[in-house]
Amino acid sequence: MFDYETLKLIWWVLISVLLIGFVITDGFDMGVGTLLPVIGKDDDERRIMINSIAPHWEGNQVWLVLAAGAIFAAWPAVYATAFSGFYVAMMLTLFALFFRPVGFDYRSKIADPRWRTSWDWAIFTGSTVPPIIFGVAFGNILQGVPFILDEFLRADYQGSFLDLLNPFALLVGVFSLCLFVLQGSTWLQMKMEDEIRARARLVTLIVAPVAVLLFALAGLWLANGIDGYVITSALDTSGPSNPLLKTAELQPGAWLANYELHPVTMLAPVVGLLFPLFALLASIFNRSALAFVSSSIAQFGVLLTCGISMFPFILPSSINPSHSFTVWDATSSEVTLNIMTITAMIFLPLILLYTSWGYFKMFGRIGKTYLAKYKHSAY
Amino acid sequence: MDDIVDLSRFQFAMTAMYHFLFVPLTLGLAWILLIMESLYVMTKKEIYKDMTKFWGKLFAINFALGVTTGLTMEFQFGTNWAYYSHYVGDVFGAPLAIEGMMAFFLESTFVGLFFFGWDRLSKLQHLAATFMVALGSSMSALWILVANAWMQNPVGAEFNYETMRMEMTSFADVVFNPVAQVKFVHTVASGYVAGAMFVLAISSYYLLKGRDMAFAKRSFAIAAAFGTAGILCTILLGDESGYEVGDVQKAKLAAIESEWDTHPAPAAFTVIGLPNQAEQRTDYAVKIPYALGIIATRSLDEEVKGLKELLDEHEVRIRNGMIAYGLLEKLRAGDETPENIAAFEAAKIDLGYGLLVKRYAENVVDATEEQIKMAVDDSIPNVAPMFWSFRIMVGSGVFMLFVFLFAFYQSASNKIGSNKTFLKVCLYSLPLPWIAIEAGWFVAEYGRQPWAIAEILPTHMGVSSLSLEQVWFSIIAIASFYTVLLVIELFLMFKFARLGPSSLKTGKYHFEQLENQFEPIQESK
Repeated sequence: MFDYETLKLIWWVLISVLLIGFVITDGFDMGVGTLLPVIGKDDDERRIMINSIAPHWEGNQVWLVLAAGAIFAAWPAVYATAFSGFYVAMMLTLFALFFRPVGFDYRSKIADPRWRTSWDWAIFTGSTVPPIIFGVAFGNILQGVPFILDEFLRADYQGSFLDLLNPFALLVGVFSLCLFVLQGSTWLQMKMEDEIRARARLVTLIVAPVAVLLFALAGLWLANGIDGYVITSALDTSGPSNPLLKTAELQPGAWLANYELHPVTMLAPVVGLLFPLFALLASIFNRSALAFVSSSIAQFGVLLTCGISMFPFILPSSINPSHSFTVWDATSSEVTLNIMTITAMIFLPLILLYTSWGYFKMFGRIGKTYLAKYKHSAY
Repeated sequence: MDDIVDLSRFQFAMTAMYHFLFVPLTLGLAWILLIMESLYVMTKKEIYKDMTKFWGKLFAINFALGVTTGLTMEFQFGTNWAYYSHYVGDVFGAPLAIEGMMAFFLESTFVGLFFFGWDRLSKLQHLAATFMVALGSSMSALWILVANAWMQNPVGAEFNYETMRMEMTSFADVVFNPVAQVKFVHTVASGYVAGAMFVLAISSYYLLKGRDMAFAKRSFAIAAAFGTAGILCTILLGDESGYEVGDVQKAKLAAIESEWDTHPAPAAFTVIGLPNQAEQRTDYAVKIPYALGIIATRSLDEEVKGLKELLDEHEVRIRNGMIAYGLLEKLRAGDETPENIAAFEAAKIDLGYGLLVKRYAENVVDATEEQIKMAVDDSIPNVAPMFWSFRIMVGSGVFMLFVFLFAFYQSASNKIGSNKTFLKVCLYSLPLPWIAIEAGWFVAEYGRQPWAIAEILPTHMGVSSLSLEQVWFSIIAIASFYTVLLVIELFLMFKFARLGPSSLKTGKYHFEQLENQFEPIQESK
């Protein structure tokens, strides 16, 4: 249907869309989880907060599951190398994610305060650790990852878990957490009443400027202190996916090349910088829905900035840059990409449709009256 | 267990079998909820709504762990089976991604509306949401089983030396893989049995205790009917017919039967015996004439191959595979002459068999006769575990068939609860579906050894480049998490199952009437 080159590009876009879908939707329910012990003062308040995401978190989490599945199917070598290379980090993410489904579902089943407090911290951990690790992962990918390939394309990762925790990556990790909290706090502004809403507003007022600051800092660091990667040989963009066929090297400032080449892409970082501020302004004027939408657009801008800076690289190798995975030599075959493109064209619109219907049906603020009415069936 | 391969296999087996404690109940209970809610919408009797809500509560406790442990499966191919993911991701990844788009999203989005949408949706809208949950979970199983069936019988794909991996040639072949079709029916139907047995057993418990009788009898009747249909499908449309295609499936069938020699058609079925791998024979075998031939080939004139003959065939293919491996090395080193390419293309069908040797000889082409012999001996699964697991599965299945048939007879003749002994049998049959299902998966996956992808990629080739410490770390951590989670899950399950519909706090059921000493309220209008 499409030619191979176009398909490769489509899947770069689709995987970006899935990741953006994840940070926007699962972003707010993870943000709520992080804020649970911070602004939920007693059990009732925490229950109200959890119940604002109760009908949605399960569907939201599928964005993450699907993003991982799509990376497996569209960029199998990237999935293999990143997941096995970041082994300990991936396991920690997984363990943190364990806490969420059980935490949400089991917390309300028993009234004992110790039981509930334990699950509060479980939900907090499950919602706070993944955003930090995702940020750290992106921070490392931007700097290149220490792996090489042998002649049979078996990847060998030569770094360690502690190497991942370098200053730049940690900065991105904290920034990522800020974005998720921003998303969660604007959601709570929109869904809560009275005091919780006021406290969520306060969180937005604090976190939004911090997010802008960290984004700017990470951008300046990336531009001046971190070398990007460039392809230095001919590369057949319609050719078979063999990353060993090209050569590539490190070059200072290379991660800015795309912005010079196509100035319109500058919009992504600009959106990433401005929209947290719009969320801030909207919150000052108590326009909570607008704040939530602004925050969501900010997530979009930030993720796209990361993708565009590296394009066409997906997973650069710091040991041998020529072994890096790019959009052009790390994808699945033409047949597979075609099949999945057709499936995505049919089902992604359907998903958006019924997801929106679900949000529409559960529309509105919830508070003490909701909890009183559904004492035995709510989370 | 001292190498990465064994540890990674152990971790995968542990997490997959644990995940599948929760999946079957989700598959079956979702449809039972739909039946109950449909009855509510049609009859407008509140008791059916209460039934949907109560069994839905237990569904939720189970569902949470199903989702949790499913995440591990999603991660694990990449974390622990990186070379596998690279080598077959082009084919194996696609059904997983499609599962996400077509099924898991549907199930997960509507499950939220199922639990929290009772007052926000109209009756029909809510029923539709429940339907989507049931449909989503079964569709989810379909795509996962398409992926799994491809591991057993890898059709519609070809090896590409340029990209050093399997690539899809026909999506239709992958989806309509005959193994996928039988697997889907068999696995999903066995999930329906698990759901039905769950409801049947717990309803029997209430009947034995003599409480919430109307609620329990209705639940019992629905479970009996649904379970009878489920167990009939599971047994009649068993998995064995899928064991006809593909070399590895044949080895599996022969191992299940401990069938060392090829016998003239139709083969006899070994009911019981003692498999003896070293001597390649079965001691004390008790056989039923013709039965195996009919079960396996659905005919009287096709023969079932014995293990000895399969081993001979494997040796030939291993020697060819070593040649293919040598040619592949040349091509990867850049020696892409037309002769080499042509020779490789002709020999590559046996490349996987060549890779079997890599476990014993790093340099495959120079393997000694002794190393080749070891690879050949390794090319079939261990017979005894296969033989026994299969019999555990079939035995449990046949027992459940009688339980459901009798339960169905009782509900059809309006005698539910009349026989206390039978209620106890129902109650204590609760673990049977899980025993049968885990044994069945063991047969399917252990029986695939030594392959990760049948005839294509040996299991030992598929692992990630990890250190022993890393894998020990994850095994210990996952095992600890899973143990704690299972304890919590079972605690909640028992608590709410014992409490029964009183946990809905409607004021209508047993414990609340005891507490409040209210006049008994009419249970249904």
